[in-house]
Amino acid sequence: MAVVAAPIPHGGGVVVPTTEVTRSYRGLWSWITTVDHKRIGIMYGVAAGTFFLIGGLEALVVRLQLWVPNNTLVSASTFNAMFTMHATTMIFLAVMPLSVAFFNFIVPLQIGARDVAFPRLNAFSFWVFISGGILLNLSFVLGGAPDAGWFGYANLTSKQFSPGPGIDFWILGLQVLGISSVAGALNFLVTIINMRAPGMTYMRMPIFTWMSLITMILLVLAFPAITIGLVLLMFDRHFGTNFFEVAKGGDVILWQNLFWVFGHPEVYILILPAMGIVSEILPVFSRKPLFGYAVMVFSGMAIAFLAFGVWAHHMFAVGLGPLTDAIFSATTMLIAIPTGVKIFNWISTMWGGSIRYTTAMLYAVGFIAMFIIGGLSGVMHSSPPADLQQSDTYFVVAHIHYVLIGGSITALLGGIYYWFPKFSGRYLNETLGKWNFWTFFITINMTFMPMHWTGLLGMPRRVYTYAPELGVTTLNQISTVGAIGLAFSILLFVVNVFVSLRYSPKAVADPWDGATLEWSISSPPPIYNFAQVPVVHSRDAFWAMKYPDRTEHGDLPDGDGTGSPHAHLAPTGHTGQPAADLVEAKPTLIHMPAPSYFPFIVAMGLVIAGSGIVFTFALTPVGILIMMAGIFGWAFEPA
Amino acid sequence: MSQAVAERTSGAAPPAASTTHALEAEHPHTSTGVDSRKMLMWAFLASDCMFFGTLIATYMVYKQRQELIPPVPREIFDIPYTSVSAFVLLLSSVTMVLALDAIQHNRVARMRTWLIATALLGSVFLAGQYYEFTSFFSEGLNLSTSLFGSSFFLLTGFHGTHVAIGVFWLLSLVVQSWRGKITQANALTIEIAGLYWHFVDIVWILIFTLVYLIPE
Repeated sequence: MAVVAAPIPHGGGVVVPTTEVTRSYRGLWSWITTVDHKRIGIMYGVAAGTFFLIGGLEALVVRLQLWVPNNTLVSASTFNAMFTMHATTMIFLAVMPLSVAFFNFIVPLQIGARDVAFPRLNAFSFWVFISGGILLNLSFVLGGAPDAGWFGYANLTSKQFSPGPGIDFWILGLQVLGISSVAGALNFLVTIINMRAPGMTYMRMPIFTWMSLITMILLVLAFPAITIGLVLLMFDRHFGTNFFEVAKGGDVILWQNLFWVFGHPEVYILILPAMGIVSEILPVFSRKPLFGYAVMVFSGMAIAFLAFGVWAHHMFAVGLGPLTDAIFSATTMLIAIPTGVKIFNWISTMWGGSIRYTTAMLYAVGFIAMFIIGGLSGVMHSSPPADLQQSDTYFVVAHIHYVLIGGSITALLGGIYYWFPKFSGRYLNETLGKWNFWTFFITINMTFMPMHWTGLLGMPRRVYTYAPELGVTTLNQISTVGAIGLAFSILLFVVNVFVSLRYSPKAVADPWDGATLEWSISSPPPIYNFAQVPVVHSRDAFWAMKYPDRTEHGDLPDGDGTGSPHAHLAPTGHTGQPAADLVEAKPTLIHMPAPSYFPFIVAMGLVIAGSGIVFTFALTPVGILIMMAGIFGWAFEPA
Repeated sequence: MSQAVAERTSGAAPPAASTTHALEAEHPHTSTGVDSRKMLMWAFLASDCMFFGTLIATYMVYKQRQELIPPVPREIFDIPYTSVSAFVLLLSSVTMVLALDAIQHNRVARMRTWLIATALLGSVFLAGQYYEFTSFFSEGLNLSTSLFGSSFFLLTGFHGTHVAIGVFWLLSLVVQSWRGKITQANALTIEIAGLYWHFVDIVWILIFTLVYLIPE
């Protein structure tokens, strides 16, 4: 079969014989032109990981500056740039794209599809994202990084108070990243609704796919608010409008409203994918189906619905009036109900299960614990009188880090341990993994737990130093030591990735006895994913194929895969051998979308047009012309 | 099996009827039966609703703030003039429907005529907006005059940009139809452009009502 060792260019597409695993796309050009959702997912993951390290370094500078009172390690303005870029980077360049990496790699596999609905649009989203991230960070060398905080309150961002280009870089970066996010969200919304395998009804979809779908809806509906807010800000700074000019009647509270109408759904955009990942890991390592699947789906929807009705709880300190405060306080407390339901369902999933504490499982359980703490301090914020005391103190910093590191990042790391064999064809080392988990778990608590007290003792956030009389020196030093330890733990993770890619054993298709379709194909999957599109008859489709005697809600048979963290070394009877009707490869040819460089060109045109705002507006028409040329090429290219 | 595969290696022959398509260009199978491109446009329009909603909200918040700085809305708006240009834009929705109807009945030339008519009507609206903007400028209303000026120009300008993109899109479809690329089989291309066009018209009904007809 040597004649078919390479994919065959074919009528604009690529025809891949199902009988060989394609390894023929190589070189930089193949990555630039790729439209394969798995490769795009890997690129998202690597880019997000890199930005995560940069954002982490910025946080270390902040923590080192706070090591002793009246420290002079960095200046106040550098400190401002550091916390601004730390938050902006972590939210928009690390956690969101890391979630997108999972959407890209996992969602099409879970729904039994061969790619996303619009593969080229997917590549476009990635190239726009990476350019936006690079431009935002270029601000460090091109005239100063943004320093007005990640929510950029007006009128701190006006020309008068921020004359340098930093805010323009921030506007540009966020707009560009917003375009990437919305394009990606539209794509995955259509993919999940329209590309499901035969028989996969909505209530048979894997829970991660469900949470992804809900995240897409939030992205599509929430991003316009910040986009318009940023447009208003751009017009204020460059075209003489007065939207946020107080002297001319402008209303700075409008910015806060626009920002948080986006900003609160954004919080759920960061946490819902993490919840989905945890809801995949817990059942597999408890060998029980997810407890209360339907309730989990509907509580996810409830969270998304409420997300649009709680934004003013970020603005209690503004003084919106007792009625407004009361309404937003009540809606905020309501959020605790669907969230609490989820927590009880996760615990009930583990209850009575035969639990295997792999690293992925440790991270998932750690997520529940950390998210409970972050959730409890969140409920405290829903009371306006309490919130007024906590606003702009380290208590809020503690809360957001418990839900974003203890929540999102913990779950995402667990997801990496869980799906790494599928991504790469290798296992992450479990010994290093456990060291990684326990150091991570201890140091995040060491870093962020003391901040509850520093905040309640009155230390304001975003101030570059503090007086010794405040009595928070020891607490700050515990946090700083914790942060250094956390950096060490992340380093362990990076080492684990490199070591495992090199030395770990090759992964089988289904190392954990997984429940969902991605485990029914090889690790890593072939370019076309499924030789034959699977037919789904129930929830937990792959379990149903492997254990035909089990009822849909019943537990798995005992005695398989328990106790051993190295399931791949002691394979179960079913490991890697999916049911026969699934893989019976017929001599078919699969028409896959061809690689294309047009998404890259359109993305570059868009970014050049946008960067007119920081360089010279002469760039804008040039960028628009490049973009239009790219769009025409795209439109006339045979798909 | 090896024969079937080997056949494909020999050249750029079209795929055999038995070939499994991951992404078929013409009639892709979808879970809902709705074409994915059409669903993408609907989802985009949902997002676009939020864009216009945010801009309209901004306008509504600001128009009451500054009654004192002239020129104020009720002095400057020429309702009969804008009513005519609104009528022109609404008329373009009718011609858009006729274009879609024509291609669904495989009448390419007629479709082209209606597409050109739609683009023309859109251009007339844009010319009208250009004239309106210049006359407002001459009366002293610009982006920096007042909050009314800032939010009015941004909202109507954002809508005008949508119309301009639509006109451009329609003209591209006309060019494609000359190259024989638009047939009854892919009438969906026209239908999707129509979805966008009608949305832009509907938004103008909202803006015309909220901004012009209810100026207080």
